[in-house]
Amino acid sequence: MTDTTLSAPPLLTVDGTPLKTRLRHIERLNQFKSLLLILPLIAFLVLTFLAPIAAMLVRSVDNPEVAPVLPKTVAAIQQWNKKSLPGEEAYAALASDLTAAKEDPSQLAEAAKRLNMEIPGFRSLVQKTARNLPMETEPESYKTALVELDERWGDPAYWHAIERNASTSTPFYLLSSLDMSVNDEGEIAKAEPDKAIYLEVFARTFWISAVVTVVCLFLGFPLAYLLATLPTRQSNLLMILVLLPFWTSVLVRVAAWIVLLQSGGLINGALETVGLIDEPLELVFNRTGVYISMVHILLPYMILPIYSVMKGISPSYMRAAISLGCHPIRSFWKVYFPQCIAGVAAGALLVFILCIGYYITPALLGGPKDQMVSYFVAFYTNTTINWGMATALGALLLLATVVLYAIYNRLVGANNLKLG
Amino acid sequence: MTSQTLAKAPSFSFRSMFMRDAEPGLKTSGNEESLSPDAPAADSDTLVSFRQVQKSYDGDSLVVKNLNLEIRRGEFLTMLGPSGSGKTTSLMMLAGFEVPTSGEIRLDGKLLNNVPPHKRNIGMVFQNYALFPHLTIFENVAFPLKVRNEGFREIRYQVDKALEMVQLDKFAQRYPAQLSGGQQQRVALARALVFKPQLVLMDEPLGALDKQLREHMQMEIKHIHQQLGVTVVYVTHDQSEALTMSDRVAVFNNGIIQQIDKPEVLYERPANSFVANFIGENNRLTGKLLSRDGEQCVVEMPYGEKVIASAINVGEIGDPVSLSIRPERVVLNDAALSVQNRFNGQIREFIYLGDHVRIRMEVCGTHDFIIKMPTSQFDSRLREGDVVPLGWAAEYAHALDPV
Repeated sequence: MTDTTLSAPPLLTVDGTPLKTRLRHIERLNQFKSLLLILPLIAFLVLTFLAPIAAMLVRSVDNPEVAPVLPKTVAAIQQWNKKSLPGEEAYAALASDLTAAKEDPSQLAEAAKRLNMEIPGFRSLVQKTARNLPMETEPESYKTALVELDERWGDPAYWHAIERNASTSTPFYLLSSLDMSVNDEGEIAKAEPDKAIYLEVFARTFWISAVVTVVCLFLGFPLAYLLATLPTRQSNLLMILVLLPFWTSVLVRVAAWIVLLQSGGLINGALETVGLIDEPLELVFNRTGVYISMVHILLPYMILPIYSVMKGISPSYMRAAISLGCHPIRSFWKVYFPQCIAGVAAGALLVFILCIGYYITPALLGGPKDQMVSYFVAFYTNTTINWGMATALGALLLLATVVLYAIYNRLVGANNLKLG
Repeated sequence: MTSQTLAKAPSFSFRSMFMRDAEPGLKTSGNEESLSPDAPAADSDTLVSFRQVQKSYDGDSLVVKNLNLEIRRGEFLTMLGPSGSGKTTSLMMLAGFEVPTSGEIRLDGKLLNNVPPHKRNIGMVFQNYALFPHLTIFENVAFPLKVRNEGFREIRYQVDKALEMVQLDKFAQRYPAQLSGGQQQRVALARALVFKPQLVLMDEPLGALDKQLREHMQMEIKHIHQQLGVTVVYVTHDQSEALTMSDRVAVFNNGIIQQIDKPEVLYERPANSFVANFIGENNRLTGKLLSRDGEQCVVEMPYGEKVIASAINVGEIGDPVSLSIRPERVVLNDAALSVQNRFNGQIREFIYLGDHVRIRMEVCGTHDFIIKMPTSQFDSRLREGDVVPLGWAAEYAHALDPV
């Protein structure tokens, strides 16, 4: 036959190509084939998942309104010392820009709206100024003419607002989401108390999520244990009951909770009939309703990971611990529980992450003081069409999730994450 | 049906190498073991006793029918039987994980029925090792001592000694998953022994190991038992394991102990057909009882041949009888002239197995009569199809209950 087997390295195949090259070629072909198989999935994910997230992150710092409308003004105030009013050339540039902007009123309106976010009333100032431009006679000084037209042009604060929008990217939305803003000195400062609502909303979101997670853990852990230890027939039945909420739409369940919990509802009615209460308990359209419904909806997400981990723990561990002289309850905590940690952590992480993004349940079952971050995302998306704020809040939620995951990874290790 | 043979198990002095007062540097070797003088088994020698124990799971059938068993102090007793024979249930009742439906179990004279498992002070080794995966080897072995609130130094001393005994002292800081199956089993053994229980239960502890490792571990467990003198109750379905390790073997079937005796008695004088078939290889011939004369009887085969056999478990004259003959007790050609039972058989097949040759023959109407012959004694002139004389002594043909 051939002498390839006898020859010194590099090894060659029968037809003379080096063995390694050939191997790499074949492996690459296999990789390519498997890649082709998941190509539709990759395309789908990129289009529907990665691209929107990237767009959201970009949008949260995007600031396209002011700079294109006021290009000369933006250029002119670059030299401004930011202490007193800007010089004549800035006023002239503003007048020229506004005049030109009248060609495209909708773009001007967008810019005015954006500036109005910085200082309430800026919109009317811009519109009023634009209406009065161009002036019939070229004024000697645009500075005096504009200040005369509206004295607010003599207030540096308005110029600071324009200056802050000189760039097409801005930290404004992200800072606003954290109740902060850039002040006239260009420093990051706390927002005024009447504007500062988001930190409270974030705190509320995390608090509600934490409470729901803890309640789910306390209710779900014993149930998961029961599921894992019962004989198959009974545990299958119980498992169906656990999964039943999964098969019903969230909206239907929320509506059902309203029916059950409202002051004339089944629960209050029953309690009154029994005589336990004299007047209906307030169970819905407040925090209680939010907790009850969210725990109900999220319980399976806690149970399933814990169950799957418990299912893999042989009962002989407990028996071994007991036979070694350990009391059954102590054995449970010393031997069984430590082995469930991965499942508990996965369940808690899952429930918490799902919680901080919850919208529909608090919106329908909560009062105004029970709304979570997602409510404001929806509010800015649907009602005020403020993409900047909506995406900034969304980006912060995403950040919170990533940070949580990182902490989890540090504590438990992502390899131990068991979701089922 | 339990054999009444009074087998004397060698009882070892209870000399624990864990004992504090033993000099730490002194190594206990097997030679130093002083065998106690053979005394008849008395009640004070009994560590565990089952009295009329029954167990039912569903109320319709009994898993353990009527268990009466005395386990002697220091003995290695194996419960052997097919799955579902009640051996594991019996072990679990002793450990406290199953409750007897009726009857009583005593340990060292004290009634165990109402003692919860964690207070029984019985060491246990499980089939899947049951080492706690989140604890190191050291922590695993220290577990029973920590539970008993031993001092830190005492724990350290005892654990080191126990790990040394199973030759795993270098692995103390590893986790169970980093050890091989055999090593894990040794850790489980150390853990079950470290708190000096007077009784250790082993539930098929070697079932998950491969053959070679299993044989090695069998010897290791046997030696540890001899060193420590601890009483061991061992459950297995592997008859060779039971024969290798045990002082006595209790053969279970259908919830009943079929026979309990020393391994050699079980093999050479099985009390009934089940034991004969379950332990070792066996040629079975069926016939009916023609006559009986004390220890000996004559059995008539379907084609009229008569076999003289030792009557161990037979009924009335005319009743069906099952004859059990071990393959290595059958002799061929000239050797067959000197035995009581002589027949002709036709060779069907040779199976060469290195140390011995198995010859499948047609004898007395049976097509798979097996003869086992050491290769050194094998006559290589034999060919398939040859008709040769063969025979066996009456004492090696056991007349037993029909199957």
